[in-house]
Amino acid sequence: MPNSISLQPSEIGQRADSGTFSGISLEAENVIVPNEPIAISIEDWNLWYGSKQAVTHVSLKIPENKITALIGPSGCGKSTLLRSINRMNDLIPTVRSEGTVSYRGVNLYGPGIDPVEVRRRIGMVFQKPNPFPKSIFDNVMFGAKVNGFKGNQNELVERCLRRAALWDEVKDNLKKSGLALSGGQQQRLCIARAIANQPDIILMDEPCSALDPIATLKIEDLMRQLVKEYTIVIVTHNMQQAARVSDYTAFMLTDERVTGHLIEYRSTADIFTNPKDKRTEDYISGRFG
Amino acid sequence: MTSPELPVEISLRAEGPVARRQMLSRASRYVLLGATLIGVGVLAFLTYDVVRTGGGRLDWDFLTTYPSRRAADAGLRSSILGTAWVMALTVSLAIPVAVGTAIFMEEFAPKGKALSVIRLNIANLAGVPSIIYGILGLAVFVRGFELGGIQLIPALGPSIIAGALTLALMILPMTVIASVEAIRQVPPSLRDGSLALGASRWQTVWHHTLPGAVPGIMTGTILAVARAAGETAALIVIGAFAFIAFDNSSINDSFTVVPIQIYNWTTLPQEAFRVNASAGIIVLMVAVLSLNLIAVLIRERFSRK
Amino acid sequence: MSANQALRDSPDAVSQLQRKMRKSLRSRPFEVLIIGALWLCGMISVLTTALIIFTLFGETAAFFGEIAVTEFFFTTQWQALFEPQTFGIWELVAGTLNVLLWSLLFAVPIGLAAAVYLSEYAHPNVRRLLKPILEALAGVPTVVYAFFALTFVTEDFLRPLLGNERVPIFNAFSASLIMAVMILPTIASVSEDAMSNVPRDLREAAYGLGSTRLEVAFKVVFPAALSGIIAAILLAIARVIGETMIVAVAAGSTPNLTLMPLESIQTMTGYMLQIALGDAGRGTTQYTSLFAVASTLFIFTFIINVIATIIVNRFREAYD
Repeated sequence: MPNSISLQPSEIGQRADSGTFSGISLEAENVIVPNEPIAISIEDWNLWYGSKQAVTHVSLKIPENKITALIGPSGCGKSTLLRSINRMNDLIPTVRSEGTVSYRGVNLYGPGIDPVEVRRRIGMVFQKPNPFPKSIFDNVMFGAKVNGFKGNQNELVERCLRRAALWDEVKDNLKKSGLALSGGQQQRLCIARAIANQPDIILMDEPCSALDPIATLKIEDLMRQLVKEYTIVIVTHNMQQAARVSDYTAFMLTDERVTGHLIEYRSTADIFTNPKDKRTEDYISGRFG
Repeated sequence: MTSPELPVEISLRAEGPVARRQMLSRASRYVLLGATLIGVGVLAFLTYDVVRTGGGRLDWDFLTTYPSRRAADAGLRSSILGTAWVMALTVSLAIPVAVGTAIFMEEFAPKGKALSVIRLNIANLAGVPSIIYGILGLAVFVRGFELGGIQLIPALGPSIIAGALTLALMILPMTVIASVEAIRQVPPSLRDGSLALGASRWQTVWHHTLPGAVPGIMTGTILAVARAAGETAALIVIGAFAFIAFDNSSINDSFTVVPIQIYNWTTLPQEAFRVNASAGIIVLMVAVLSLNLIAVLIRERFSRK
Repeated sequence: MSANQALRDSPDAVSQLQRKMRKSLRSRPFEVLIIGALWLCGMISVLTTALIIFTLFGETAAFFGEIAVTEFFFTTQWQALFEPQTFGIWELVAGTLNVLLWSLLFAVPIGLAAAVYLSEYAHPNVRRLLKPILEALAGVPTVVYAFFALTFVTEDFLRPLLGNERVPIFNAFSASLIMAVMILPTIASVSEDAMSNVPRDLREAAYGLGSTRLEVAFKVVFPAALSGIIAAILLAIARVIGETMIVAVAAGSTPNLTLMPLESIQTMTGYMLQIALGDAGRGTTQYTSLFAVASTLFIFTFIINVIATIIVNRFREAYD
């Protein structure tokens, strides 16, 4: 369990400059910087879809080898924020962004940085399982192959399927179509596929919302196994899941006063037992959202 | 408590104006069905008449002799070969360009005004009459295209290659439209999944989008081929003669095609040529209808998946 | 901060990583070629239109070098093949309109009736059988229709029926009748698509109020699908005026300023084919007149297609 919480003075200073409400400088106190190695550093991130702003002045430091959860009501900008990390938002033509998303010191949006290279290192699992209409084997190998993997394919496939807790269920027929699996199995296949790319970080966008409760539990177990080797960031609208699974939780909100703001970010234990912002407390206790 | 008895009998049968409206509606069903069957019926009748007239003339000799001024000696040999040559060339020219254009429009073109112009342009080209494509072919391919002293396109004469280029341009718009539709059917989640793994846009197209769009592209292609196989006016303008008495052996040969042969026989007064034309029509219709049938079958089979 | 992190975040490590993540295009030259080829494909269609306009209008300009614009647009006699040559476009336009008028007269009511039947009355199995047959009709080559027009309609039907004096061998009516059969599938199919796209809720609302099937079909669905229906008719019109073989074979090659059906006429397309079959030398007025007529035809079909596209796009938004 993470321990010390420290506030960087620069954090407060930055926020007070850019904010227009006095309420925002208060939020800075509720956004901590984890006292561990940081994998992704998001600094003053803003994103617009056309003229509509979706994420406003978000600064967040995501620690390595931990599970960080992004929670908040629908439309609060958590998925948008997640997709900013692996530059999936680039695919939408009307998107505009400002700020920095750094991975190991490299600004992912810097000049000349290739989104393809970004996505090789930062993988993603989607809400609705989307295996390719190919065999299980080909599904797992696809990312590795296009990125020039030259090693032993059978070994890689087995390793990834084992790590995704799917090997025992499919080892007898890897040529079966990925689409012939159940929902939960398909999602684990997508996880295996993402792992085969040997990324550092795995982003998960509501990975269990299309699955039944038993499949959900299996995936949550899987996450706790995977986090030993990968950094995981998960968006979820299920608070109990965030409480069960994550080490750190970030609460985002969009309402009449704020759009895509980061309200509070602390260790999961702290935020759920002792939320500092009233809005966080209201959301967690189910008064809205 | 017992329920009170209903004092009056209520009838829910149609009466008066309502009955009249219902009768009208019921009658209309048959009127409309009749109309629908008119088109089908006319064609059925014409098919029957053509088969009755030309069926007897259709034999292996007919398919393998050259045309002649004597109806009894005339055959489809050169036009069948010509059609085969032209169609093979047209397809090899048109399909890659059409699929490439569709991929370009859907995946790589920068979104904005320029793309809308291209889309509008393709929609318009699809509506241009075929004879105008023939005139284009005549002016540009047959006679050669020169701009500012430089020969951009050599004069190809009324040859198979000129005909194929012309027909390729003619079927390009409809094939592009069909391919674009096919590409749009591929679910975006597949694309997202591929890109998220770090595949480039082209890799995603090649490994996922194209394979998914193949059935639709094939259907569109086959329908376009059927269209080109039946085309007459454009090739007449190119200069495809009706009297070819040799087997084509090079793309620079002059040529004729089955529809032009049929046209030629139609314009000749002798009754025997009407028989020939009927027989030729049977051959052409069998080919075109088979192609259409294959296209529909492909569409059905892959839309159920 | 752990020692590892300090090492990893050293400026050297960072810039090395940065360099790796810039690789992109240089390591995939093959892809650059492919994308270039795709751009080329995209330009071909633009090039085609440019070529069409360039060739047509270029020779048309040469035509108007010889023949006054006023003669072309404001006189009504077209005589190109023998002296004295006159070039009033209206005779050819009249021929085209003649065939257009009579074919629409038959095709629109029947086609729309078929569309209504298929969309509102037919059992789904019947619809699944009839619709492909209708679409097969659309695939019949026009030269086949041309043959039918001359033989079965003129020779076997109209002339015996109405007498040889009243029905010239080449007449607009035979062509129109067959043309109607040709565009029937277009009108029926596109209108039927438009009607099927009308949301079910509208129909259910009407039925719920006690309407009969006939009333729902013509008072609710038909008006709701009107834009699609108009587009269908416009498409059919474009096809009719651009059609060559049927009119060249059956309607005649006598320019004639009339809308009467049982007369020999010549349409714009018929004239174009006639010149193409002849041996008008390059540069002669006959040769350039071909392009002048072609330009006129091109402009007509262009305008019709643009209007059809605008109508379809404007009203599609109503339901999306």
